[in-house]
Amino acid sequence: MSIKVVRALSVSRRRFLAAGGSLVIGFSLSPKALFAQGSPAATKLPGSLNTTPMIDSWIRLGADGSITVLTGKAELGQGVRTALIQIAAEQLFVQPGKIQLITADTRRTPDEGYTAGSNSMKDSGTAIMNAAAQVREILIARAAVRLGLFADKLKAEDGAVIVSDGRRIAFGDLVGGELTRVRAESQIKLKDPASYTVVGHSMQRVDIPAKVTGGAAYVQDLRLPGMVHARVVRPPAYGAQLRELQSASVEKMPGVLKVVHDGSYVAVVAEREFEAIRAMRALAAAARWDERALLPEPSELFDYLTRLPYDSFIDADNHATAAGVTKTVEANYRRPYQMHGAIGPSCAVGLYKDDSLTVWTHSQGVYPLRKSIAEMLKVPEDRVQCIHLEGAGCYGHNGADDAGADAALIARAFPGRPVRVQWMREQEHLWEPYGPAMMTAAKASLDGGGNIVDWEYEVTSNTHSTRPGGAGNLMPAWHLATPFTPPQPKPIPLPEGGGDRNAIPYYKIPSVRVVHRFVPSMPIRVSALRALGAYANVFSIESFMDELALAGRTDPVEFRLRHLEDPRAREVVTLAASRFGWTSYAPEKGRGRGFAFARYKNLGAYLAVALEVDVDRETGKVRVVRAVATVDSGQAVNPDGIRNQVEGGVLQSISWTLLEAVSFDKKSITSADWSQYPILRFPELPDTVEVHVVDRPGQPFLGTGEAAQGPTAAAIANAVAAASNVRIRELPLDRKRVKVALGV
Amino acid sequence: MIELDINGTKRSVDAEADTPLLYVLRDHLAMNGAKFGCGLGQCGACTVMVDGEAVFSCMTPVSVLAGRKIRTIEGLGTVEQPGALQRAFIDEQAAQCGYCIAGMIMRAQALLEKNSSPSDAEIRRHMMPNLCRCGTHMRIVKAVRRAAQTMRAEADKPKSAGQT
Repeated sequence: MSIKVVRALSVSRRRFLAAGGSLVIGFSLSPKALFAQGSPAATKLPGSLNTTPMIDSWIRLGADGSITVLTGKAELGQGVRTALIQIAAEQLFVQPGKIQLITADTRRTPDEGYTAGSNSMKDSGTAIMNAAAQVREILIARAAVRLGLFADKLKAEDGAVIVSDGRRIAFGDLVGGELTRVRAESQIKLKDPASYTVVGHSMQRVDIPAKVTGGAAYVQDLRLPGMVHARVVRPPAYGAQLRELQSASVEKMPGVLKVVHDGSYVAVVAEREFEAIRAMRALAAAARWDERALLPEPSELFDYLTRLPYDSFIDADNHATAAGVTKTVEANYRRPYQMHGAIGPSCAVGLYKDDSLTVWTHSQGVYPLRKSIAEMLKVPEDRVQCIHLEGAGCYGHNGADDAGADAALIARAFPGRPVRVQWMREQEHLWEPYGPAMMTAAKASLDGGGNIVDWEYEVTSNTHSTRPGGAGNLMPAWHLATPFTPPQPKPIPLPEGGGDRNAIPYYKIPSVRVVHRFVPSMPIRVSALRALGAYANVFSIESFMDELALAGRTDPVEFRLRHLEDPRAREVVTLAASRFGWTSYAPEKGRGRGFAFARYKNLGAYLAVALEVDVDRETGKVRVVRAVATVDSGQAVNPDGIRNQVEGGVLQSISWTLLEAVSFDKKSITSADWSQYPILRFPELPDTVEVHVVDRPGQPFLGTGEAAQGPTAAAIANAVAAASNVRIRELPLDRKRVKVALGV
Repeated sequence: MIELDINGTKRSVDAEADTPLLYVLRDHLAMNGAKFGCGLGQCGACTVMVDGEAVFSCMTPVSVLAGRKIRTIEGLGTVEQPGALQRAFIDEQAAQCGYCIAGMIMRAQALLEKNSSPSDAEIRRHMMPNLCRCGTHMRIVKAVRRAAQTMRAEADKPKSAGQT
């Protein structure tokens, strides 16, 4: 085992992995056992304490003074590891460097479902904050007993409980018995946010030093003793069946240890990585497939989706006959299939030994993955352990879980030695589940004063989650001789929402009707892509707000403020406008400004963005020149981490919005690599991207990761409209579409 | 056996001539810095330096590398003693997932060794072959600029000042 990460986590991980990945720490995860003992009806506990209420599931203290914090969430490059350490350190009154954080592992950490939906701070951050505060109070109480003093004479400071007369007992000296084996209390004394010294202050991320020096930082870097390499051969298209495979010559190739062949599932194991790749190519050349044309005609995609059966969900309806209508505006918007496009293709390591399977994975949900793999292999769940290690940024449900399934299938076929499998670039591009294509239709009426008096909105979408679930959600399981099939997709209910995430406007409008047309049938594989439906809905709603502002001859920022009541929403809007210089803006030729706002999921972070674009009429090329974003994520834990996430969200959304659409023909996906799915490159960057964080000390954590995608898309479309007098309602705003719209 | 000069150290490797350098670094030599991203020279995650030039290690067969000087991010510094670019990337917090970053740093190193004070436009043009999906680009450009300043300041110090 050669993994060596940053100091803060290396000790525990090395120790753990040195034990062959089988170290089991006994602790309580199940709230059911507690209720079975006749506990009173539980009051709702903060964050994920509500599902994992035992304090020692979250925090353990060692007699040596060590502090271990456990989270069911995973580091995805969003900086959550550092933020969770900050939260624990603050409530425990210790230096952040004293804390070891263990992330998602089915044998060690709480089950917090998926690391998704910008929920990590709300779920795990809140749980750890309260658990840490309770541990601190327990330590103070124990010290009080030992010293024969009232607890209010004591306080915690720098890893110890201290008395005003100078007496001091280190936390480690207070450990013993089952000190933290207690249930979380619903009302625990939290530190006064005004006295925070760690939370709310920018802290350098603990994972970055290893990442910039060639340290082992990713599952791709895991090297276990005796490890071998595998590659899979995927079908050429959805639904293709393997007709014939002559693998005898491949089995004789140098280094090849095994060809795995089960129905249409084909993989190869070799000693060396490049030997596995050579063998994979030979196998792919030797395979004969039966293919069918299953995909819609690309030019008719949206008509095709419209014709599919759907279920209607009424998300909001207080629709009334509006009085005093002077103007009614209608518009339709579209978003294509778009890709997660991780820079590092999905990877996992599997070890099948003594009828037990361990999978090291960059999945966003180790517990759901464990359940799905156990079902696929037809083994009890307790024979499978899934351990999260970082991968390349995923931005949602990409190939991570499927690669975990590959590792499981291949490791079982080749037991006794760890098997590392990584996908090839074209496999990642062709087989990941994309963000769904969507259509929206908006209609609104204004009164004589330019106020919105009526709003109707309909969004048509596939599901935004085909996450595992079960074996049927694992793509490799579709190809087995005895295949698993995907379960019937379901919509994600509001308030989170899937296709209808952010479909209800956050504005004060007297009459609103919002309908979600949920289309179960999926011609192309789809699932959760960062922000889910909020990307298309905010693009639509915020484009439409500008169209309405124009119809009412009102400034777009003024128009939004007129319909916004929530003071926190008003503050990010006002601040973005002022930092951008909205009122004094004077465009150069070919340039224009755009604005947009949303509160993510209508219950998360508030984000406003103002930006300027340049539209080149000759080439149709749009470039964002500068962008200013303001964000209110509640209590800011790591302000620079929030800025980093929002900058990233703005830039990723610029890429999606200006460049990205998955291409296909009637037989297969054709966006097989970066040449056929271009994304943002350095020369296309804005000159500047500014992010201003509005901190709200003591307020709940609202999350940040997905707040910027939707507003940025709309702000770009609004700026293009301002620069060129042409409103484009279909994404992406690539050169071809812009040229057509400009009539050049 | 092929003999390679990697970060100033001679390494003998038993690999077929057509094996791309990337797999020799990662698999034969257990080095983590260069990453597999595409295998097609489209993303730059595998970027290393050969004789001072940034190259895609996923596309460079080891057979062409005898006698040439290969540099990887492991050769620039360590967590304890980071090189100028590594330091600058930490100072600017210029990473999110970080998977692309080793390649970014190696491409930037090749630039700064030739041009000690590149403009932003030059940095952006030079970095074009490398992709970042998290949207860390602005910080990457800032980090390269910061490292250039540090390297210039180091170069301006009189030799007698006792550089290490």
